[in-house]
Amino acid sequence: MTAARVFATARRVLQQLRRDHRSVALMLVVPIVLIALLKWVYWDDQAVFDRIGLPLLGIFPFVTMFLVTSVATLRERQSGTLERLLSMPLSKVDLLLGYQIAFGIFATLQAVLAVAVTVGLLGLSVAGPLWAVVLVAILVALLGTAIGLAVSALARTEFQAVQFLPAVILPQFLLCGLLATRESMQPILAAISNLLPLSYAVDAMKEIGVAPSVSTETWRDLVIMVLFIVGFLIIGSATLRRRTP
Amino acid sequence: MSASAISVSGLRVVRGDTVVIPGLDLDIASGAITGLLGPSGCGKTTLMRAIVGVQRIVSGDVRVLGIPAGLPELRRRVGYVTQAPSLYSDLTVTENLRYFARVLGVDMSEVGRVVEVVDLGHRADSVVVRLSGGEQARASLAVALLGEPELLVLDEPTVGLDPLLRQDLWASFRRLADAGVTLLVSSHVMDEASRCDRLVLMRDGQVLAHETLKDLLSTTSTTDVESAFLQLVQDTGAHT
Repeated sequence: MTAARVFATARRVLQQLRRDHRSVALMLVVPIVLIALLKWVYWDDQAVFDRIGLPLLGIFPFVTMFLVTSVATLRERQSGTLERLLSMPLSKVDLLLGYQIAFGIFATLQAVLAVAVTVGLLGLSVAGPLWAVVLVAILVALLGTAIGLAVSALARTEFQAVQFLPAVILPQFLLCGLLATRESMQPILAAISNLLPLSYAVDAMKEIGVAPSVSTETWRDLVIMVLFIVGFLIIGSATLRRRTP
Repeated sequence: MSASAISVSGLRVVRGDTVVIPGLDLDIASGAITGLLGPSGCGKTTLMRAIVGVQRIVSGDVRVLGIPAGLPELRRRVGYVTQAPSLYSDLTVTENLRYFARVLGVDMSEVGRVVEVVDLGHRADSVVVRLSGGEQARASLAVALLGEPELLVLDEPTVGLDPLLRQDLWASFRRLADAGVTLLVSSHVMDEASRCDRLVLMRDGQVLAHETLKDLLSTTSTTDVESAFLQLVQDTGAHT
């Protein structure tokens, strides 16, 4: 691994993103519009908005980055650029970290903007520090990137890659504790939800929403998320083969 | 004849249930242009991928510049151009080249040089998706030229190019060979044979012939590569 190659890759990914104004706009604006919608849906009930608004800030980056990464990586595989890169002195770690840094930077931008609008304009109440909210959003984005990378190996076409969204994301959305608390679920489902990375993001966001300082449980959730990221990156790197059939 | 740049022995490649290359031996001379000719599906690309070290092989030994194919120390010394342009279509030619130059760790001045070699100076700041097929092929070739590799493996680099451009490209291949670079160029256009120093004729994963055009024509008593190929196929058919 070399820093020069990691940053060259991150820079290239950001250059590609910058060319695609429409995607960038969608990625930045859509989460904000959705949360604003939610505010108006629960017009009479600020408590509900406060309860689900914050966890949603931790789910949107996951979905966006999962989609962007799985399609981007699939393109790398199909266009032949991946094969070309792997025939050059680039390590898989260079490539993976390059993607993580680029999407991490983008996720920071997305999170800061979303937090500013939801807390500043829409009056979402957050007891904990806002930097913690942004931190969770960034980790969630990196998680989405890591899982997207791993899953893209299973997809042969962009159609299939998009189909992995309901297959991979929706079950986690149902079980993450946003709709019903994880403790109240059928015990087997509760156990499964313990194995899903998104659950820890939602736990962390809920806790930050009510606790004035970042608690030990929140830190534990963040560490678990980092471990998930590393785990999925290892799976993802196993799918990048220099020699293919 | 100079030492071999590539030496393949007992190469066997199986993809799924298909035996693509049953068992192949080949030595490619260094500092020359070797044309790899044969109908599409005959195993040209598979052989090239094995030489570059991206093909999973069943058995056999492939040595490139004296080193087993695919080892990290070869990655800077071998340039490979696939049939797909292998570029980021949403970046400009220069942005693509700068990225690959950084990955290779070569000087940024290389970017300007290779753009001139493939004659894309006027399109350097165009986004790749807006280039014509021929321009994309040349941009892809430019990437392979970064860092002046000793061996260039080019899979059908002239496909779909107009005759004038093909002539230009072959002229630059010749200049590279004169400078000591080894080129292995595949084509299914038999008339490109006259531009190569040596020819390898392939069919069904096997080498039918490996000699100069002149020798090939005289051993088969033919006047063009196409007929020589047919003659060889007939001969091997008679043996089996």
